[in-house]
Amino acid sequence: MRRLLAPAATAGLVAAPWLLDSYAISLASRILVLGLLAMSVNLLTGVTGLPTLGQAAYFGVGAYAAALVARAWTQIGVLHLAIAMVVAAAVAAVTGVVAVRARGVVFLMLTLAIGELTYSAALQWDTVTGGSDGRATPAVTPFWGLPAVTRDGHVYLWILAAFLALFAVVAAVVRSPFGLALKGVRDNEARLRADGYPVTRYLLVAYAVAGGLAGAAGALWVSLQRFVSPSDLGFQVSAMALIAVVLGGLGSMWGAVAGTALVVIARDYLGGKLTGELSGRGSLLLGLVFVAAVYLLPRGLAGLSRLSRRAPS
Amino acid sequence: MTAVLELDDVSRAFGTLRAVDGVTFAVAEGSRHALIGPNGAGKSTLFNVVGGALRPTSGRVLFAGRDVTALPEWRRARLGLSRTFQHSSVLLHCTAAENVLIGVQREAGLGGRLLPAPKRRRALLDRCAALLDTVGLDGRSGVPAGALSHGERRQLELAMALGTRPRLLLLDEPAAGMSPAETARLTTLLRELPAEVTVLLIEHDLDVVFGLADTVTVLHLGRHLATGTPERVRADPSVQSAYLGVAP
Amino acid sequence: MIGWFDAHAVSMVDGVAFGLLYFTLAVGLSLVFGMMDVLNLAHGTLYLAGAYVAYLLSDGGWTGLLIGLGAGIAVGLAGGALLAALTQPLAHRGHLDQALLTLGLSIIGAEIFLVSSGGETLATDPPAALRGSVQVAGHTYPSYRLVFIGIAGMLALAVYLAFERSALGALVRATVADRDMVRVLGVDTRRVLFGVFAAGSVLAVVGGVLGAPILGPSPGIDGHVLVLSLVVIVIGGLGSVRGALLGALLVGEVDTLGRAIAPSYAAFLLFGAMFVVLAVRPRGLVAV
Repeated sequence: MRRLLAPAATAGLVAAPWLLDSYAISLASRILVLGLLAMSVNLLTGVTGLPTLGQAAYFGVGAYAAALVARAWTQIGVLHLAIAMVVAAAVAAVTGVVAVRARGVVFLMLTLAIGELTYSAALQWDTVTGGSDGRATPAVTPFWGLPAVTRDGHVYLWILAAFLALFAVVAAVVRSPFGLALKGVRDNEARLRADGYPVTRYLLVAYAVAGGLAGAAGALWVSLQRFVSPSDLGFQVSAMALIAVVLGGLGSMWGAVAGTALVVIARDYLGGKLTGELSGRGSLLLGLVFVAAVYLLPRGLAGLSRLSRRAPS
Repeated sequence: MTAVLELDDVSRAFGTLRAVDGVTFAVAEGSRHALIGPNGAGKSTLFNVVGGALRPTSGRVLFAGRDVTALPEWRRARLGLSRTFQHSSVLLHCTAAENVLIGVQREAGLGGRLLPAPKRRRALLDRCAALLDTVGLDGRSGVPAGALSHGERRQLELAMALGTRPRLLLLDEPAAGMSPAETARLTTLLRELPAEVTVLLIEHDLDVVFGLADTVTVLHLGRHLATGTPERVRADPSVQSAYLGVAP
Repeated sequence: MIGWFDAHAVSMVDGVAFGLLYFTLAVGLSLVFGMMDVLNLAHGTLYLAGAYVAYLLSDGGWTGLLIGLGAGIAVGLAGGALLAALTQPLAHRGHLDQALLTLGLSIIGAEIFLVSSGGETLATDPPAALRGSVQVAGHTYPSYRLVFIGIAGMLALAVYLAFERSALGALVRATVADRDMVRVLGVDTRRVLFGVFAAGSVLAVVGGVLGAPILGPSPGIDGHVLVLSLVVIVIGGLGSVRGALLGALLVGEVDTLGRAIAPSYAAFLLFGAMFVVLAVRPRGLVAV
């Protein structure tokens, strides 16, 4: 039964453009892209035990990298993805030097500062980023020889393909010896050091990998929106990814994506139904989700089915 | 006799408190060496200095003839120095097998590998199962460490430390909190470890110490009091006065 | 060199004003964190509330400012008590939950503000008597900023003295250093914690009331001041009043001068300052 779950879910995702209307499909695209961002948060917060509020920074770095490449050079989507990943991972590796020396809430504080400073930088460095006007980009061509994707369903399929590939890679990393070492750091850092692991170096690699993943998500965001502006890397984006991870259950990658779906649906779909004074205030629901999650679901969605997992603090 | 560990005038101060004060002694290759002393003698501090979690304020630590005083903890571990902690220190959310695998995969040079290696992992997991067997945790490999009893966690920690194929095993009160049966089992296990594994242990249970150790070092108030065979140490008047307050 | 200072004198004075503004936020954030490990991500919301109160009550005269201050203190007390009451029960559950809760509250606060302000920046005027500018040593300064520096400077001094010199301050410092020991000595640490939470919140709201003419209520201002205060305490050192003051002045200067000299790179400069300080002193300028 469980073995059939993943193929069935994949088949459902592939069939979605033929089953859903255009609004639902673009909502699904958003969930997949932000789900990748949540997975990158989860790699740090759930797997490694470092709570982060700064992943939107690398999401943004990837998005701007993709947008600049798209405007100046090529429309090939896989190139956007690869370049965004490398650039974001490099930026994460540099900024991570400061961050990975901290633990717990201090790490949260530092990543939040990194995120907001990156947001300010995107706003101020207008010769490159276009400032608050942002940068528009042409439609992306996923691969050499394919046509440019302009219809919502086609964009979705391109994003889905990238999502599935990246999901597989992340799942592999979590199951790798390196992934086990990261879980070890989460549970007991001193033990890992005594076992011969250079912990700080490992954390920096994890930070760079998570940054690269967030950067890939950023590139896909540009594929989807054909536009990037500083608000795409604002504080709320990081906050959303973090709450999605907590809702989905720390450490669970499918949970992170499911949590993202919940959060995006609450903010965009239900938020769109708000009327009168509250119309367009979908984030209000997001805030309520936070408060409710803390009091009602201390172990997240995955915690409903799992017994003994406790959030590492 | 070659020494696997040599301490040369090692001191470690915390502020004005000299927790370890000018300690010099050597641990011979293959020996079962016990470190004893009343509370506050500086045993755990000394362990941390040897393991690398703490840097000595002065003095040198030599491991297998090499000066490791300036090496970080993880580098010393890679040279073959393995340890357990006073309060059992396992990965609570990982299974017993994964706990052991952490050290085993590092020793096999796989620790930093970013992609799974299923074949090698299976081979390494076989080794983990064997190690769990050795310490008496057969059949518990799939249990999360958080669900193990206190005594079992101590056994698990021993398996973890052995997984890195240490030359020198530092055990900080391995029998603490164990039942008499578990303690007896531990003593046998340590006695039967291959000769190329040297054991240096801190232990309060003096039955364990005198049943196992071929050499005993006594610390008192941070200072080295005596090192020798159990019989000689037991007869040493300065040791008697340290433990009993006055010479008998 | 003197010419450089002269050319940027106005920016540097501004830097002091912003630095003191950040201090009023950072000190509460820092002590609350130092004492109970709560990272209050709704701290910027308190500033926003104060600034909004000032906007609503400002009438161009002194009365409006005074009523605003009174209302600000009341809002701060209520907000601090509410936050302390909400986060206390989560204390045993780890830091992440407390951070998430306050994050949720800050999002709700920001949305409520957006609904009531219509998403505009609400320009808030200081009392009419302080609206002009004065000439000092050949430079023109807005009067209100100088007065603000005076008042906020005295506030900072009062906080510093209360913390470093008074018996109550000693109790707070002891609680930061070793909460359990203080409890064992028979002190009800919960009351100390509530008191500091309330005092820190009052400071943040009052900072908002006084700061509104400088950094007025606008969407996103809560996050902006929160992050700058975080940078301040990371640079200054957690749980230290002196560190918060040093860090705040440094951040105020770097940010303001940066915006004046290299507007495109001001964020990089701030980031660089944090990077350098942490590289040299990983626990901040004043480590506790």
